Amino acid sequence: MYGTEMVADQADDPVEPDVPLNASETADYSQALAGATAAGDRSQLAQASFDALIESDLRVEPRDEMPDAYRRTLVRQIAQHAHSEIIGMQPEGAWITRAPSLRRKAILIAKVQDEAGHGLYLYSAAETLGVDRAELLDQLHEGRQKYSSIFNYPTLTWADCGTIGWLVDGAAIMNQVPLCRCSYGPYARAMIRVCKEESFHQRQGFEILWTLTRGTDAQRAMAQDAVDRWWWPSLMMFGPHDTGEAAGGGGHTEQSMAWGIKRFSNDELRQRFVDTMVKQADRLGLTLPDADLRWNEQRGHWDFGAIDWADFRRVLSGDGPCNAERLAHRRGAHEKGAWVREAATAFAAKQARAGRQKEPAA
Amino acid sequence: MSERSWPLFEVFVRAKRGLSHVHVGSLHAPDATMALRNARDLYTRRQEGVSLWVVRSDDITASSPGEKDSFFDPAADKVYRHPSFYDVPDDVEYL
Repeated sequence: MYGTEMVADQADDPVEPDVPLNASETADYSQALAGATAAGDRSQLAQASFDALIESDLRVEPRDEMPDAYRRTLVRQIAQHAHSEIIGMQPEGAWITRAPSLRRKAILIAKVQDEAGHGLYLYSAAETLGVDRAELLDQLHEGRQKYSSIFNYPTLTWADCGTIGWLVDGAAIMNQVPLCRCSYGPYARAMIRVCKEESFHQRQGFEILWTLTRGTDAQRAMAQDAVDRWWWPSLMMFGPHDTGEAAGGGGHTEQSMAWGIKRFSNDELRQRFVDTMVKQADRLGLTLPDADLRWNEQRGHWDFGAIDWADFRRVLSGDGPCNAERLAHRRGAHEKGAWVREAATAFAAKQARAGRQKEPAA
Repeated sequence: MSERSWPLFEVFVRAKRGLSHVHVGSLHAPDATMALRNARDLYTRRQEGVSLWVVRSDDITASSPGEKDSFFDPAADKVYRHPSFYDVPDDVEYL
């Protein structure tokens, strides 16, 4: 459901002669560029060309000139996003052998494979900015680049798999749908693919909880316990507050919004998430663990309690329940896969040699 | 060639018969055969394609965005290439 409406069907897209063939031919772009380059040398021209793209809400493509800070911000954000997808395979991957039925097991395998795919789409997008995929993996393995803190919590019961799909993937979708319109083309295109696939993830999670809450008392209690543990970490996934005392400074929201990387503030997206999930929790017959949750007629939104940011920073800085385990597992998987990569390399070299020998002599 | 330096391949998918192949992303692989297999697993898990191309990224020659204006200029001043350029009576059908 998500993202599909954003993908134009190329078959329904005939070229109109009076419409610019290329986005950069539009009058908006030309005007913005002309205004910005009244007196410019080459670097000013490059900056002006970038500013004009952003001002006209056009996409920046890999070989365009772009400010170093824009490039660095994107590399950091896309790499962290890719790492999160790869690390995100672990909490649910741990339940593949213990899924309660063959149906659930097949679904879970497909979902974890999707997470790997999402990581690869994103590494592919990051590489268009001139970084090397192997270098990004090194940075993850050495703890020099972060991944989403949400994956540093354990999956204690089967209900956690349902709750991750419903709440964690739900929060991820809320964050990611606006990224489909991100100013950097390859990132936006990767996110369209990701968002299309995420909606299956969220629905399968909801279905697990829907089944449990219609089961025995013990199953209902298991579902409620999982939601109690995952609700607050899910709210933290939207990041620190954008304004006020709790904002803490050092936030990237304002600059990222000016660059068209981010489209909505952290707090806007968090509010949208709460408003959506209150209704869905009610439908599931589950209670969200927040005594301050109440409808605010005046705002037209649900009010919710204060988030424990000290806990958020503690987990982010490495002191969560599973930080060390997640990284150790990731490094181990990479090292144990080395022989497969070496074998593939050797086989490719052998095939290439055989191919050369078969060619007739010149 | 170590696995750290596997070449980059660009992946193109034909979504269904009658449509062109469209660029969808890239991946690393030791050779084109493996690139094709990996592209199938990565980019067509949900029947997104009926045909795949993989092309070594190094083998692509691209126009430079820096010379965008001068490179494409020759196409800008020939408005008579478009059917809307011509004055014809409104009441002539199928024109």
